[in-house]
Amino acid sequence: MALIRWNRTENTNWSPLEQLTRLRDEMDRLFLSPLGELPRPGQFFNQWAPSLDLYEDKDNVFVKAEVPGMKKEDIDVSLHDNALTVSGERKFEQKQEEAENYRSERFFGRFSRSITLPVSVAGDKVKASYKDGILTITLPKSEQAKPKQIEVSVT
Amino acid sequence: MNTMTEKRTQETQQQQREREQFVVPDVNIYETKDGYLLEAEMPGVNKEGLEITLEGTELTITGRRSDQPPQGADILFSESRLLNYRRVFELDPTVDTAKINAKVEQGVLTLTLPKAEKVKPKKITIA
Repeated sequence: MALIRWNRTENTNWSPLEQLTRLRDEMDRLFLSPLGELPRPGQFFNQWAPSLDLYEDKDNVFVKAEVPGMKKEDIDVSLHDNALTVSGERKFEQKQEEAENYRSERFFGRFSRSITLPVSVAGDKVKASYKDGILTITLPKSEQAKPKQIEVSVT
Repeated sequence: MNTMTEKRTQETQQQQREREQFVVPDVNIYETKDGYLLEAEMPGVNKEGLEITLEGTELTITGRRSDQPPQGADILFSESRLLNYRRVFELDPTVDTAKINAKVEQGVLTLTLPKAEKVKPKKITIA
């Protein structure tokens, strides 16, 4: 979050309109750094859960998970009814011996995250790919869940 | 006249850049006898999106995300902030800046910052 210098209004040129603008600016500033700054649930108690994004188009549901620095084999994606679970383990690699740790902000260990999908999906056609630390899961919607165009016939 | 306009646009661009919001990547930093090792988590960033600049002893890491939301899809919910990354570090002056090495793998940047030869601890054997 950027630090913004607080300018005190001079009493001499006080104007209510300016005060209103300032109030608006202040409120805009509050929204600039929303709850994203707060730890996510699961981050408490030394736990970690990757952040998930959920998208939908006509035919598919997409799930994106940020899991940087993992091996493909250590990521596990499973689908049970409509609950999708992304789990895995990020293993700590001791790269150099006798290293002194200055900063340790990254998480290592097991994690698991489940979400309920908004529509039913064709479980046998689910695809997952891992690139640049982002896991993308493409879940084609089941035929029943796809929107249907109904033609109106005029009689 | 022409140069003045030029300058003004440059300023505006710089102001825009300053106003851009960044995510501070999580890092691990280790020190060994040969140097430092810095790991920064920047999911969505690959080699092309990475910019590492050094001014004096100030090291700036900027990572631009290459991933885009699926085309034509609606967001149902989003927890990732889809912002670019930036973090500035003050380097130990003993780091041999000519030998800094960077690599990025699955969204994790690894920087190796070797110490200059002359400051490495030497073992002196007694004859």
